[in-house]
Amino acid sequence: MKIIIVGSGKLVYYMARVFTSKGYVTTIINGDTEECTALSRQLKAVVVLGDGSDPTVLEEAGAREADALLAMTSHDQNNLVACQLARKIYDVPHVVAMVTDPDNVDVFRKLGVKSVFSPTHVITALIEQQTSFDDIINLAPVAEGRVTLSEVILREDSPAAGKYLHELGLPSGTLIGVILRNKHVIVPRGDCRLEPRDRLTLISVPANQGKALRVLLGKRV
Amino acid sequence: MLKSRYIIIIGCGRLGSYLANRLSRDGHSVVVIDQKETAFLNLTADFSGFRIQGNAVELAVLKEARIEDADCVLVTATDDNVNLMVGQMAKEVFNVPQVIARVYDLKRERAYQEFGIRTISPTELAAFAFLGAIVDTDNQGKR
Repeated sequence: MKIIIVGSGKLVYYMARVFTSKGYVTTIINGDTEECTALSRQLKAVVVLGDGSDPTVLEEAGAREADALLAMTSHDQNNLVACQLARKIYDVPHVVAMVTDPDNVDVFRKLGVKSVFSPTHVITALIEQQTSFDDIINLAPVAEGRVTLSEVILREDSPAAGKYLHELGLPSGTLIGVILRNKHVIVPRGDCRLEPRDRLTLISVPANQGKALRVLLGKRV
Repeated sequence: MLKSRYIIIIGCGRLGSYLANRLSRDGHSVVVIDQKETAFLNLTADFSGFRIQGNAVELAVLKEARIEDADCVLVTATDDNVNLMVGQMAKEVFNVPQVIARVYDLKRERAYQEFGIRTISPTELAAFAFLGAIVDTDNQGKR
């Protein structure tokens, strides 16, 4: 695996450290001379001084052979151009962009950069997940929202508590992927019995999500 | 006179303000967007359009300029990547019929010719002018 990271700051440093420790061949493109010197001393990564949205610099960083490019600068426009050039000129199979303006997630998708995330969104969602007292937590839309992932916590009085999976009668297009019980991960089959306080990961098509939630948690949903 | 068009100009530097003053004087309805308020000092008394202070790579700023109604967007900020991004946003997100962006870097400009926005490279234009001038003096010398 060969990864190019475009960007600066602590985030890029720690990401590169994780990637190199996994044995990925990592190259960082960074525009600051001093930071480049520091990075190349601290990391087992190739560091290229330059502008990650300049085709010559991308080529120098090995874009032709790269498996993935991550554009992580704090300027959304630089990330867009780096990703588009990497795809268009160098045919990099996976390009991922970070955007600071959450509105730009949709913009990037429309402009052909499909893997795009906004730290604002991710962190907000994480905080909501961690601090939520609700029984249902929407984890993430998958496949452009055609599939939803949600986490459901069973209570003592939930209708599904104490039942076997095969007798629940979950609607079509829904599936319980994983059960988290006392920190143990269970990949359930039909003969698995649900218990109160189980955390279920529900995979569903949006149309049947509500029905499945009612089966699991009752009428309150 | 030409039919009056709704034109949005991104960047109010030397080029942007020149275009804004000129197009406004010609009777078009013009909006200029620039991050710096001082940039609007480049506008002359000829300019009767609107000015918006903000970063044009933000969707909210483009919406404030009613970009979806624009006939034409001219992108003249100093940063090539800003211009490429805003140009594509105008074209692909807001379906503006005519979008022209300035791009200094020739390598980048080449790559973007296939992205459907018209780009103009001052570098190339200046190079042509210089080369043309050399040829002219050569010809004069021969005469």
